[in-house]
Amino acid sequence: MPTDAPLLVVENLCISFRTEGGVVPAVSGVSFSVERREIVGVVGESGSGKSQTLLAIMGLINSPNAVVSGSVRFLGQELLGLKRRALDAVRGRQIAMIFQDPMTALTPVHTIGDQIIEQIRAHENVSRTAARKRAVELLDAVGLPSPESAVDRYPHQFSGGMRQRAVIAMALSCNPALLIADEPTTALDVTVQAQILELIGRLRDAFGSAVILVTHDLGVVAEVADRVLVMYAGRVVEEGGKGQLFREPLHPYAWGLFASIPPMRGPRPARLTAIPGSPPKPSQMPQGCAFGPRCTFRHEACVAQPSLGGAGGHRSACFLPQDSRQDLRRTLTGRIPA
Amino acid sequence: MTEPRPQPLVRTSDLSKRYRVGRSPFPVQRRIVHAVEQVSLDIFPGETLGIVGESGCGKSTLGRCLVRLTEITSGALEFEGRDITSASQRQLRPLRRQMQMVFQDPAASLNPRRRVGDLLADPFRVHEKLSRSEMMDRVEELLVRVELLPEHAQRFPHEFSGGQRQRIGIARALALKPRLIVADEPVSALDVSIQAQIINLLCDLRDEFSLTYVFIAHDLSVVRQFASRVAVMYMGSIVETGPVDAVFSAPRHHYTAALRSAVPVPDVDNRPGQRIVLKGDLPSPLDPPSGCRFHTRCVAATTVCRQQRPVLSLVDKAHFVACHHPRGG
Repeated sequence: MPTDAPLLVVENLCISFRTEGGVVPAVSGVSFSVERREIVGVVGESGSGKSQTLLAIMGLINSPNAVVSGSVRFLGQELLGLKRRALDAVRGRQIAMIFQDPMTALTPVHTIGDQIIEQIRAHENVSRTAARKRAVELLDAVGLPSPESAVDRYPHQFSGGMRQRAVIAMALSCNPALLIADEPTTALDVTVQAQILELIGRLRDAFGSAVILVTHDLGVVAEVADRVLVMYAGRVVEEGGKGQLFREPLHPYAWGLFASIPPMRGPRPARLTAIPGSPPKPSQMPQGCAFGPRCTFRHEACVAQPSLGGAGGHRSACFLPQDSRQDLRRTLTGRIPA
Repeated sequence: MTEPRPQPLVRTSDLSKRYRVGRSPFPVQRRIVHAVEQVSLDIFPGETLGIVGESGCGKSTLGRCLVRLTEITSGALEFEGRDITSASQRQLRPLRRQMQMVFQDPAASLNPRRRVGDLLADPFRVHEKLSRSEMMDRVEELLVRVELLPEHAQRFPHEFSGGQRQRIGIARALALKPRLIVADEPVSALDVSIQAQIINLLCDLRDEFSLTYVFIAHDLSVVRQFASRVAVMYMGSIVETGPVDAVFSAPRHHYTAALRSAVPVPDVDNRPGQRIVLKGDLPSPLDPPSGCRFHTRCVAATTVCRQQRPVLSLVDKAHFVACHHPRGG
């Protein structure tokens, strides 16, 4: 297999749920790819479909009422529709996932060491002693103090930041090519978050892993990501390199997100430029562009569904003319973007 | 201090709150957590005081002490010059209309079985003798003021989004036109686009009703936007307090500096300089470090920090810091 092929290719991923009120779409036509050793940030608010997308990649949507279609190819292998046993050879070993709340990912009745050893031995044929040695090395690699004694402690004896480190150590135990992190720092204090982000940034060098980092915090993305996807109402509305997306965001929703964040330096605006209204309910999706009802620049074209387009790897799903976007953005905030 | 200052709306002197942990019958085995330790604060009419700090630093407990939602262990609390440290619930009742609270999770603070109109009418039932129609008028007025619709009074809390529920929480706090509102993480459960709406609403209400806010938050950028003065707490004590711009742009306490530099900035060009990553974890509040509580993680700690507790002292105009070796201004 050529090594320059993307690690993960997601194509036209659609997830919907059958409910009493009919079929409700959660994710509609999401396509993206992840290169080896790349850190991709996925930004969106609650209900934007970002977590569902990740769960689908991991084959973790097992509601009988869920309908998943499209394609998720990892190293050329189609993951959607794969049998449990075949899937288990991939997840945990080649793709690992960490969640927002490390306490729910750890069982309280076994030591941290036992849980990491179990994970290693489930995927590799190694002795307990060798697995334990690896567990200590991993805990050391993620920066837990005194890993030799930490390995015999229980999750409740750890602080939140230490638990998240332990979960990351467990996820890394089989050297996964891809680590999927769903809001890994949201439950943590900001000084602990800084420690964990630093660790995630280091993973690529230490373990050669690619990372998909889902977050609602644009600051976190600016910190660690190479490339960014912005999701709204189940679709990717903008995609680009971090520099492109932060310097010249193309989608009005992204403009609104940036404008909503109170600045940490420089003059304070008298009022924040909030996005009016709230995101649509999946059961009541507006016709055409889902952001239309909240968008200042809505016009006739917006009754149709815009598709993701643009040049140079920076794409957005919006009908506004490309060349006037940055001028329009300035009119939104009155602030000159830095 | 020669110029006459206005009388503070709220004044705390060495206010402390201790919790006993564990239920052992042997007093020796009962352990004590100092949730809030000797906090002295003046809150002036019309100002917005932000209280920031990480989880477990005592900021929420302090907020609850300020409105006497929890008993104060020692020290004194004054409201409009009256000592209410140990006022009884009956004595507090007339004051309750003056001081209100907004909570983080509006879903948990609104009774799911009652209609929003009923919830909002409660303050009037308790504190004012109004006819039913007068009450409904006031409720509708409140709903409109927080940018909801009069007909929302008929709905139940679960029919609203998170942002709308927080508007209801704010409307309830506002009902009796209080002087002081303590808001404990009022926007941290909300998405960023909704968060901005709620901050703007709180700002408008402040101007319209000349409110005094105590705004408790862990998000420094929100506090910077909304507060005029800020107090930074670490392990139950205020370590630094002063005007927002001074404290955030030139922090004098090493903890504030670390906190400030840990905030991820959504900007790829103006990256903040060297990030200060704190060593280790927060010490156990059951067994706090001696001297300065922060010395175990501080870059500038010396012998004196391990032995002596620093007190808040003035370093600049209205800017106080509790540190033996404050950073340069």
